[in-house]
Amino acid sequence: MKLSHEEVEHIALLARLGSSEEELERFREQLSHILESFEVLQQVDTADVPPTAQSVDLQDVVRADEVSPSLPHSQIMANAPQQEAGCFRVRAVLE
Amino acid sequence: MSYETVIGLEVHAQLLTKSKMFCRCSADYASAPPNTHVCPVCLGMPGVLPTVNQQAVEYAVMTALALNCTIPESTKFDRKNYPYPDLMKGYQISQYDAPLSRDGWITIEADGARRVGITRVHLEEDTAKLLHRTADGKPYSLVDVNRAGVPLMEIVAEPDLRSPEEARQYLIKMRSILQYLGVSTGNMEEGSFRCDANISIRPQGSADYLSKVEVKNMNSFKAVHRALAYEAERQREVLEGGGRLVQETRGWVEERGVTVSQRSKEYAHDYRYFPEPDLTPLALSRAWVEELRSRLPELPDAKRERFVNDYGLPLFSATLLTGSKAAADYFEACLKDGAAEPKRVKAVFDWIFGDFSRLLNATDTEIDSSKLSPQHLVELLDLVDRGALSGPAAKAVFEEMFHTGGRAADIVARHDLAQISDALQVGEVVDQVIASNGQAVADFKAGKEPALTFLVGQVMRATKGRTNPKVANELLREKLAG
Ligand SMILES: [Zn+2]
Repeated sequence: MKLSHEEVEHIALLARLGSSEEELERFREQLSHILESFEVLQQVDTADVPPTAQSVDLQDVVRADEVSPSLPHSQIMANAPQQEAGCFRVRAVLE
Repeated sequence: MSYETVIGLEVHAQLLTKSKMFCRCSADYASAPPNTHVCPVCLGMPGVLPTVNQQAVEYAVMTALALNCTIPESTKFDRKNYPYPDLMKGYQISQYDAPLSRDGWITIEADGARRVGITRVHLEEDTAKLLHRTADGKPYSLVDVNRAGVPLMEIVAEPDLRSPEEARQYLIKMRSILQYLGVSTGNMEEGSFRCDANISIRPQGSADYLSKVEVKNMNSFKAVHRALAYEAERQREVLEGGGRLVQETRGWVEERGVTVSQRSKEYAHDYRYFPEPDLTPLALSRAWVEELRSRLPELPDAKRERFVNDYGLPLFSATLLTGSKAAADYFEACLKDGAAEPKRVKAVFDWIFGDFSRLLNATDTEIDSSKLSPQHLVELLDLVDRGALSGPAAKAVFEEMFHTGGRAADIVARHDLAQISDALQVGEVVDQVIASNGQAVADFKAGKEPALTFLVGQVMRATKGRTNPKVANELLREKLAG
């Protein structure tokens, strides 16, 4: 399956990635290759196989409802380029 | 043409767990400074491992059982992807195709009892809080992550509601069930209980669904009612004006009383759900589900029925009382000792929905955190029953008990409020009243019965409401007959 230029643009937008025309074309080819590999997998007859949500054979990993101290505020904010009033400052989010 | 309104509601309720859904940060963020209940997990740092809070699963399954849902043998979590700054990870952990329950119902009161279908109950995590600011005319936003990761239960209902009033009834019942279960505060103003609505109209008798409009930003029961009434009317006007309705999201603007179209987040519905690889599936064993079922408390409908049967309350009063678990508990605590005499039942009910309600509202207090305990109210009612306190005096004592938490007998003694029933003592006052109200006395003697009520009133006034009116009445008749 070949991805269209528009589909790659859409994916880039969803991932909030800015890409040049040249990059979009390169990704279009690479992503198309990946999809082709999945097309091979899709040829396998899975009619009798239940859907798998997990690849590790674990179940019921839960924890008790107990509180532990959170990280100090200074560490939480350590990577934030812009801060104000104890909050992360970001570009305007239009509701 | 007449139209039918079709409404489906989606409720999001924060669960009353101590810690967050997938990490051990405290979920009690109400009074915490911004970004102080945050760790690498809820901050969405790479390489962290979320773990499911067992208590949240338990609360959600209990809710699902109370809503008559079917619980599957197992459940799993999924990632719901969308890029928005209130999601630290770029996705929300939610449940997609294997929710922890499906296919339930609740009963609402709308022209008689009626069932409303519940599509599903599932678990997810709450998002961060965004604050919108402006500096030099330029808008920007602030992010507080404390709320991100708080357990959120989503309850989706079938489009079975047919009016804004039914929608309101549904929400009242739903909140009351959650409060009875003790799984959520149900506080809509504080945002721990939220509601989005899907609403469409269609020609009466048609089974088609026309374009659904999703309405958001309704922050009170009243707002839900107003927004849905407005939206149904708006849709009718569009259709009757020959226009077409489009499927869209609209926000309720409380101050203006209108809904306005919200430009959809671009590709908002391209969520690309996939199974959450960091969490394991959960088995919901039959034994555990049955154990939870056996631990369900008495729910509003059952309590209401019992109140009608056991206390002889009228259906309307029982509905009012059991709408709030705290009020229902208070009521029962007042009646737990001894037989529930009809007179006492009525007195307790009248106090709760009379002066008590008024004072609770005025002081913004919940009944279960009031200083006035059920035991103290019972002591007051006993004094009134014994004739030791007149009606008006009881009101004054009640008010002081409410504010100070004091006991009725102490307050009566301190303010010298005890009812005067002693014939000699009342007789003196009666003599004075007769002496100084010649006209009324003459009227009564001339057969004008209302004049007596006036004279009793004068006796009450002279004693600041403390006289036993029955004794005053008898003495007046006696003395005026002589
Ligand atoms: Zn955390």
